[in-house]
Amino acid sequence: MPLEFDPVTIFDAVLAGILTGTVYALMATGLSLIFGVLDIIDVSQAGYVVLAAYLSLVLQQALHIDLFLGLLITMPLLFLLGLAIELTFIRPIKRDRTQLSILVTFGIGLVIEGVLGVKFGTTEQELNAWYITQGVKVGNFYLSYVYIFAFILAVVLIGALFLLLYRTKFGRSVRALMQNRTAAQLIGINVERVSAITFAIGVALTAAGGMAYGATTPFNNNSWYDLITRLFAIIILGGLGSVQGALIGGIIMLVLSDVTAVVWSPVWSSSVFFVALVLLLLFRPQGLFGRLATRKQ
Amino acid sequence: MKQPLNSRLIKIAWPLLLLVVAVAFPLIDNSPAEQNVAILTLIFASLATAWNIFSGYTGYIALGQTTYFGFGAYAFSLITVNQHLSGGFGLFLLVPVAGLIAALLAIPIGWISLRTRGHAFVVITLVTVFIFQLLAFNLRGITLGSAGIFLPAPGFPIDWILLPYYYVQLAILVLALLVSWYIRSSRYGLWLLAIRDDEDRAEGLGVRTGASKLTAFIISAFFVGMVGAMYAYFIGSIYPQYVFDPALSITIVLMAFLGGIGTLSGPIVGALILETAQQYFSMNAQTGYYQIFLGALFLIIMLLLPQGIVRSLSRVWTAWRVRRGAGGSPVASEHQPVAVEKG
Repeated sequence: MPLEFDPVTIFDAVLAGILTGTVYALMATGLSLIFGVLDIIDVSQAGYVVLAAYLSLVLQQALHIDLFLGLLITMPLLFLLGLAIELTFIRPIKRDRTQLSILVTFGIGLVIEGVLGVKFGTTEQELNAWYITQGVKVGNFYLSYVYIFAFILAVVLIGALFLLLYRTKFGRSVRALMQNRTAAQLIGINVERVSAITFAIGVALTAAGGMAYGATTPFNNNSWYDLITRLFAIIILGGLGSVQGALIGGIIMLVLSDVTAVVWSPVWSSSVFFVALVLLLLFRPQGLFGRLATRKQ
Repeated sequence: MKQPLNSRLIKIAWPLLLLVVAVAFPLIDNSPAEQNVAILTLIFASLATAWNIFSGYTGYIALGQTTYFGFGAYAFSLITVNQHLSGGFGLFLLVPVAGLIAALLAIPIGWISLRTRGHAFVVITLVTVFIFQLLAFNLRGITLGSAGIFLPAPGFPIDWILLPYYYVQLAILVLALLVSWYIRSSRYGLWLLAIRDDEDRAEGLGVRTGASKLTAFIISAFFVGMVGAMYAYFIGSIYPQYVFDPALSITIVLMAFLGGIGTLSGPIVGALILETAQQYFSMNAQTGYYQIFLGALFLIIMLLLPQGIVRSLSRVWTAWRVRRGAGGSPVASEHQPVAVEKG
């Protein structure tokens, strides 16, 4: 297959990659945060993304609430949902957290998929708004406004998250927990409370991610399988438990995919990223910013 | 520690009895629909057993066994189609070949992914499934992409068209169980369990952890690849999204967990329950309810019976026997944990 190198097209692809990559980074950040603090793999994260996309759809169709305004409703809703799930399902897992958490959160994801399937069927849905249909011409392609708005939203939310992590007392507890759970407990941090709130924040972030995902991609109740792999790939690339890693991993993944799509062919776009991921892991098993897994005491 | 003769007899008698039932089942039950379910149950029980050989013993949760399932299925189908082989008993001889090809593939992938541990390992194995699904979709020249591959009809007489699949699959399951049992009771099995309990300490004590893990990974992939080939032949057609299906990996894991990970009978119990439920829901319920059922089952099992049904039941059974004072002396009940471990 011939490779095409057109500087303008490649510039467009890089731009699109950065814009969508930031949205993926937003979703992956929540996942990485949850991983770092709670020491669990949250497979259900992608389920909340799809759930949030459906919530935006319902708010828009039934109550005619704008997608971005609707976040004021969906984000608190998902925050509460996250809190409830952490208390009922995650907290009781005391032993073998890694193994059991994958299966428990997978169960949650399946229930979400099933409920959405019963309610909406498996028909592909799309969100609609003026900023999805209209856009600006950048170079050779037409960039819908929603990409720009979603990018701004993601930057704002990631910025807020970093402020929370690095400028507040709560953030300091979170980072302490990520470093060493036992030590954090010993210096008087309320580990259970910080874990529950972190989980809820991670889930609330998917509300924004889900809306942006639904506005740019057709989705149905099965979409979470594909999404969770991408999110996992991103946080593995960035390094498990690293918030910065998730951010950079998201952008690298989408830029690489989009550039491959225009230079080579869209069908190979994800494969190239996955191959790059495997090659990286050969030399750095811990990912870009991760710490090497060491023995648990 | 010698166990009472009685208890040892029971441990040999039960599997034999089950085997007799399994062999006799399709001869007694002629309904093709039920034989179909039985074959699928055997397929899943074999997959869960093969998964258990690696993940159950080493504690490395692999979510990528579907990679070898798909690879086995494609290897089998491509050889059959490209060599213009016709259906019949001869094709069953290709099944171990497909397993070997899948095992060959497992060498580099296992080598790369086993460089990581814990969470990263889980995620990497999941990602490999997607890489191979994409390859199967995109390498149209070889795999025909989304058009799929169709296998020749088996040409068995209609009266017992399903029986060959049933018995070959049963044989694969028995073989996988024997291998699993042999590993479990060998020195090598102890190495694997040592890795599960504390890998660094095991290494310090002289266990060659890298080679042990990789070997178990390859053995597991060999069986999974054979089952993939059987699946292709049984269903008659393969498509990338069905044989490289990440949900399939997770179903296998659930089956093993449901029954009891690291036990011999656990994966089979899990497969029996889940496969029957899946068939029931796909015939009787609208979309979505099966996922809700499966998800709820996941949550209940993980939170209430994280040891799996087999271990939890045998614990209840032991407690009941001790309370009743039957089964004898306290000495017998002291031996029980050994039997429980082996499930």
